[in-house]
Amino acid sequence: MENNLFKILRVDLQSGDWERFELPGREKWLGGSGLSALLFERFAHFEKDPLHADQPLIFAVGPLTGSYPMMSKTVCGFFSPYHGQYAESHAGGRSALGLRFAGLDALVLTGRASSLSALTVGSRAPQIVDAHYLAGMDIFAAGKLLRKIKPVTPGHRSILRIGPAGEKQCSFACINVDTYRHFGRLGAGAVMGSKSLKAIIVSGDSHIDLPKDKDSRREYIRAYDDIHSTVTQTDAVTKYHDLGTAENLIPLNELGALPWRNLKQTRDPGIEGISGEKMADELLLRQTACAGCPVGCIHIGLLRQRFGPEHEFLYRQVAYDYEPIFAIGSMLGITGAGDVLTLIEDVERVGLDVISTGVALAWATEALEKGIVSVEETEVKLGFNRLDPYREAISLLAEKANRFYSLLSRGTMAAAHELGGEDFACVLGQEMAGYATGEAYYVSQALGFRHSHLDSGAYGFDQTEKGQDVEKAVDFMLEQENYRNILCSMCGCLFGRKAYSLQNIARACRALGMDTDEQSLRRAGKRIQAKRWELKLKSGFSPADISIPKRYLEVENFRGKTDPDYLGRLKKAYALEIERMAGESKD
Amino acid sequence: MKILRATGMERCIGCYSCSLACARLVHKSISWKRAGIHIRSSGGLSTGFEARVCLACNPAPCARACPEGALKQKKGGGVVLRPEKCTGCGDCARACPVDAIYMDPELNQPVFCIHCGRCVEFCPHNCLEMVKIADGNDPGEKDGK
Repeated sequence: MENNLFKILRVDLQSGDWERFELPGREKWLGGSGLSALLFERFAHFEKDPLHADQPLIFAVGPLTGSYPMMSKTVCGFFSPYHGQYAESHAGGRSALGLRFAGLDALVLTGRASSLSALTVGSRAPQIVDAHYLAGMDIFAAGKLLRKIKPVTPGHRSILRIGPAGEKQCSFACINVDTYRHFGRLGAGAVMGSKSLKAIIVSGDSHIDLPKDKDSRREYIRAYDDIHSTVTQTDAVTKYHDLGTAENLIPLNELGALPWRNLKQTRDPGIEGISGEKMADELLLRQTACAGCPVGCIHIGLLRQRFGPEHEFLYRQVAYDYEPIFAIGSMLGITGAGDVLTLIEDVERVGLDVISTGVALAWATEALEKGIVSVEETEVKLGFNRLDPYREAISLLAEKANRFYSLLSRGTMAAAHELGGEDFACVLGQEMAGYATGEAYYVSQALGFRHSHLDSGAYGFDQTEKGQDVEKAVDFMLEQENYRNILCSMCGCLFGRKAYSLQNIARACRALGMDTDEQSLRRAGKRIQAKRWELKLKSGFSPADISIPKRYLEVENFRGKTDPDYLGRLKKAYALEIERMAGESKD
Repeated sequence: MKILRATGMERCIGCYSCSLACARLVHKSISWKRAGIHIRSSGGLSTGFEARVCLACNPAPCARACPEGALKQKKGGGVVLRPEKCTGCGDCARACPVDAIYMDPELNQPVFCIHCGRCVEFCPHNCLEMVKIADGNDPGEKDGK
């Protein structure tokens, strides 16, 4: 890097004022997750509502973004309307390279535009342009029109936009990135909606110079080539190209760890209809990639739909992954691959997070079965494996069509608190990801910073460790969290873990002129880890008070039945560690 | 003589590895624009990708259009830039029939493919290849045949 300073663009959407400024702290906060925390602490108003106009919406990239393969993620930091706490959501696509080549480490948005607007960002002055004509428009229709907004820089820009769900401020509305990727979880789309911001168009219209002296330049090229070789030749990385993450559906089902029908079951022969193999053999159209990543893990399925009585068809291209197939597929008892794509497409269109949507509708289905809610409330007769009612319910949810859907749009547990049915709400901090692997996973998602399977990958621990060693489990989670904090501060894809050991990250940084080594990276990781916890606790998170719904105690999988004693001890131990880290940061 | 041809673009995944390699290895920059090959989707990612790259015209309209003689026709096709003569007027870019010349606003010079082939090995899907051509601009027989 040219120097130790972060380059930040802040735009106030209310006044239209903007400033570019530099912020010290690269060696301490690295970028991405670390930078987002630094900026959130500076700009957030902890005493105000998460959707208050003054709250910041942050997009941050890392020091290696654009300079190495698989460094293609952007970290979005915001006050989540879902749980009222500091949150991060990460997305691929082109936004990371767009921001980097616009000369930025981070974009910070504050204020609320006077009418629905789009923001253009590049190396020149940002512009807020009127976009009232996009009001209520779905993700795809809006995308088509946004591509016409100037400056038109096709191929070198990224378009972030929200759908009707974001405009309506549903608590789990997503920000769609370049059609196939998302800042999916915890409601970043609602924050954008609260700012009357329909879209952000990022033009990566500038460049970075290579190191000036020849030796440094040579070392950078060598470091790039070595990492590129690992990325393109290591099975652990390239597997994401083949079947993609969907390859995990059959193995998880065989383990009895794939949630089906609101987690009433964890395996089902219906897996054959929605497996990664089935998708690839029958529906996979092509793979595509995030900018700067040669892996190409984004799997696009072809959805052919008949729309007339004669042979009249339309086709859609729908991105699929393990998580959407679980959430909108197995969790809803759907056993047809085409039906899964249909529902994913419906969720995409309205701009909701697909995991939360699927899990919320699964709860609603069981609540209807049990008579806790009525058809008058759900408006459609939800039932597992019933496609059409789910299609309608997705629209009703995005529109907050009645009191029931308004409640549900605040999150499954929020709805259950009002209506009943907390015991079978599959919520671990937020709607669960697709891993009924055991105690370590349930605790890691319920208490994890992002409430994500990606916080510490504890579903892997459940699968490799047969015993009940609390200390070992917590050590695993903390160690993984620390490393993932570093990689996510670099804004590297977590699929690239094999290519980016700490040693390789340090080498990559040094080749760009950063004075760092493994030890200093580890220290930065710890600092960032602690700061994130400090901010999350400051904004209201209380790890000791988190409860895990009864449904998880009923799960029986390859480990046997959930052990409430082990679960409780693990939760308590991890909560203590979280509080310790948050305390260390404050000190 | 060999030239670069984007013969397999239907296999392109849009990773930009080619543009980034060209910028890094040829133009000493980290960029997806300062490159002789540009990847773009036409109308969003659902429509696939196309490569904007010099077709090695012979005679090259860009060289003809240059009022300063800064672009020299290469034997067999394509052009070479003589940067000391270039004034950055952009006539070459406007003359290119396939929009393969990028006028770099910071360099104030055209950036285009020099058919060195260094991008080829970075393409994960073999969309690019170096193709033998005859003296004219007939892509003719392929490498190794």
